[in-house]
Amino acid sequence: MALTEKDVRYVAELAHLELTEEEVKKFLPQLDSILQYMQKLNELDTAQVEPMAQVTYPAAENPALRADQPHPTFRQDEALGNAPESDAGCFKVPRVIERE
Amino acid sequence: MELTALTISEIRDRLTRRQVSAEELVRAHLARIEEKDGEVRAYLHLSPERALEQARRIDQLVAAGEPLPPLAGVPVAVKDVILTRGTRTTCASRILENYLAPYDATAVERLEAAGAAIVGKTNCDEFAMGSSTENSGFFATRNPHDLTRVPGGSSGGSAAAVAANLATVSLGSDTGGSIRQPAALCGIVGMMGTYGRVSRYGLVAFASSLDHIGPFGRSVRDVALVLEIIAGRDPRDSTSADVPVPHYVAALEEDVRGLKIGVPKEYFAGLSPEIGDNIQKGIDLLAGLGCQVEPISLPHTDYAIGCYYIICTAEASSNLARYDGIRYGFRSPEYADLRDMYKKTRNRGFGAEVKRRIMLGTYVLSSGYYDAYYLKAQKVRTLIARDFVEAFDDVDVIVTPTSPIPAFKLGERVDDPLQMYLADIYTVTASLAGIPGISVPCGRTKSEPHLPVGMQILAKHFDEARLLQVAHAFEKAGGFEVA
Repeated sequence: MALTEKDVRYVAELAHLELTEEEVKKFLPQLDSILQYMQKLNELDTAQVEPMAQVTYPAAENPALRADQPHPTFRQDEALGNAPESDAGCFKVPRVIERE
Repeated sequence: MELTALTISEIRDRLTRRQVSAEELVRAHLARIEEKDGEVRAYLHLSPERALEQARRIDQLVAAGEPLPPLAGVPVAVKDVILTRGTRTTCASRILENYLAPYDATAVERLEAAGAAIVGKTNCDEFAMGSSTENSGFFATRNPHDLTRVPGGSSGGSAAAVAANLATVSLGSDTGGSIRQPAALCGIVGMMGTYGRVSRYGLVAFASSLDHIGPFGRSVRDVALVLEIIAGRDPRDSTSADVPVPHYVAALEEDVRGLKIGVPKEYFAGLSPEIGDNIQKGIDLLAGLGCQVEPISLPHTDYAIGCYYIICTAEASSNLARYDGIRYGFRSPEYADLRDMYKKTRNRGFGAEVKRRIMLGTYVLSSGYYDAYYLKAQKVRTLIARDFVEAFDDVDVIVTPTSPIPAFKLGERVDDPLQMYLADIYTVTASLAGIPGISVPCGRTKSEPHLPVGMQILAKHFDEARLLQVAHAFEKAGGFEVA
């Protein structure tokens, strides 16, 4: 096995996941076998191949561009409607900046 | 004939002749859901008021002798990863358990503008991650053909709803096979258009370079009718294609004689006869209709699963970073500080498969591994896409099995994620290339309990009309029941 418990904990930290000991033990062999399987791609020589980041096709114009005009969007109460905590028209978040 | 078994054309015909009202039609579906969905469990939540309100609007049009929109009174189910304003949209995840969508997805808006009645939201694998609908954060859906088996996934609820006559048609989403595979396992038609063919505005993002919205139906014509409504450019989705939408239904009756059908050898190596025999009969049937069958090769097929699961998990880890307990969704009630709140919220809100994919995606994008995994996969994606471009120089469509296995027992595969991933081999290739694909029923397995088998047809970019034409000819010639 190439992957270690330490790696699993490190990646969980990067992904903002707090895995339990049990989850770390369960995921380790699963992730390891999947990552090993993925190494099959190394059988292919891709030195001269361009990476494909998205599906492209010939289109008349670039549809990604639109006129830069203001248009109505959500009302404040709609935007806050699903917030777990909100107050005075704002999302409430845990304290981020420590007071002296 | 039962009102819940009608096709879209039959519904239209009966409404126009005033043999049935749209309200009766919707009520018949709600009654059948009440009766049957306790065992199938296709729906997560229903929207009877919304459906009945739409039905009454249609009935007023009928009463006034006004022309009816193309999907007038058609009961539609929508996968719960697609936003429906004012009703819950959970993605079958605990993290969005109480999320009320603030707007409608473009596909939903277009269906309702065309007269369809949205009866409810269907179950799926959490955030569309899975191939059996067992990864739902709420409950598993069952295959209507055998309640001890899975309906496939991730759009298992949308497939089961149509297969069990709990909706006439439905919407699903397909990232690596999530429409085509459950269509195959439930014995119905399911289609994914070209990447960009259908607007994804209002589709909760899983893997943005692969996600599609597409229809399920019990006939190719119904699927063509729905695709025609939902396809086309949408300024709210910058990835939607500015390519004209042809009249798909008109193309259905065109003759298939002389069309070249490619059969890729890589899709049949090691395939069990239980599936392979049916697909061969399906191909023979198309040959009997005058199609020219040609063996072809898609040499990079063997690398598709590795490539797909690197790209989709990488994109998922990035897309799902938004679930942080701040703007919407679940927030852990106890925590020490901001970072701790993120971690506890995400660990409690997400199920095992979602966490696994976030972990894999984070790993393949992390410093030191990016080139070896993610960049490598993007290059292999180019090779897989090129296989198809070269194949379509010679043939009009490609025919393959949709899934290497029929519907399997609930619980049978949940503990081995890699085995579950490997079963997506025939569907992920088209997703990576961005070409359209459809799965049509192709008889049943020989052995008990005679489960549905699906045949996949693929075409080049924006050639959906061709694909539907072949699928329709296959259906008319009895291909759905080959034996």
